[in-house]
Amino acid sequence: MSANAVCPVCDATVPLTPDAMPSELVRCRECGSELEVVTVAPPVVREAPMEEEDWGQ
Amino acid sequence: MTVRVGFLHSLIRPEEKLLLAEFAQRKATVEMIDDRAVQFTLGEPAAQVDVIVERCLNHSRALHALRLFESQGIPCVNSAAVAATCGDKLMTSVALAEHGVPQPEVRVAFTPESALVAIEAMGYPVVLKPAVGSWGRLLAKVNDRDAAEALLEHKTVLGSYHHSIFYIQRYVDKPGRDIRAFVIGDECIAAIYRDSPHWITNTARGGRASVCPITPELAHLAAAGARAVGGPKGAVVALDIFETPDGLVVNEINYTMEYRNSIAPTGVNIPGRIADYVLARARR
Repeated sequence: MSANAVCPVCDATVPLTPDAMPSELVRCRECGSELEVVTVAPPVVREAPMEEEDWGQ
Repeated sequence: MTVRVGFLHSLIRPEEKLLLAEFAQRKATVEMIDDRAVQFTLGEPAAQVDVIVERCLNHSRALHALRLFESQGIPCVNSAAVAATCGDKLMTSVALAEHGVPQPEVRVAFTPESALVAIEAMGYPVVLKPAVGSWGRLLAKVNDRDAAEALLEHKTVLGSYHHSIFYIQRYVDKPGRDIRAFVIGDECIAAIYRDSPHWITNTARGGRASVCPITPELAHLAAAGARAVGGPKGAVVALDIFETPDGLVVNEINYTMEYRNSIAPTGVNIPGRIADYVLARARR
């Protein structure tokens, strides 16, 4: 079952897919913010951490 | 008995979701280990798992967590040694040189003055890179002495001490693309071209991916690069490779490979191959 979280940046609805999981990176379709799923039940997202110097490949 | 996989992660990106789906398909039990929450007490097990697969965003966390898990006797993919080598461009270059794997000319200096001497001896343009860091961040193509002096001063004044290890690479005039080759163990399983009008071709920076045929030269070079950083059995790595008039050369080697843009063009189930490799390394 899909659920909707609320973007902490712009208050828009952020739909979570049925297979969403904690720590997953999602994007707000309204404001483009990168968000991290905190919990799926209840559906809660927060702003994703800022890119750090030693991130990525 | 099912294999217990410790999935060391930070944020969950498409790569991690794809890999988790492959573990689920293989009936492995997965324990999620968030690097922001995990704690270690030396001498005590941090997780009851048979193997660790590392998918962290931070190199520093990955490196240290892998070493800690290995100290508990848990096999890790990749190993801490592979992370230590691949997470540092200078260490990667040293490993490649020691194994006779071709790479662009590299010079290293420790002061702005000696770095300028090294750059002038190499000849412009050169590329200055931070030894640690990726996604093409803070790479600088230096076209002349004025730019070199300014950049070296900025690195010295504004950067941490890491930025005063001056890694200087000869600029390779690529044909608008480079190659990313994916290696599992010591087998090159897939490769893409990364096309970009910009001299930095990273797909994280907008480079476009298309399939690259695995020629014998590419397969040989990719395997040699994986063995250079991972030992005789290789590692799970993605190599960035330049085409030059003198043949292929290895630019960088990534040990927590990103592959979301490479599955469709190559038709290769890269996360499936990684999952198989990880499960085969689990302790019994």
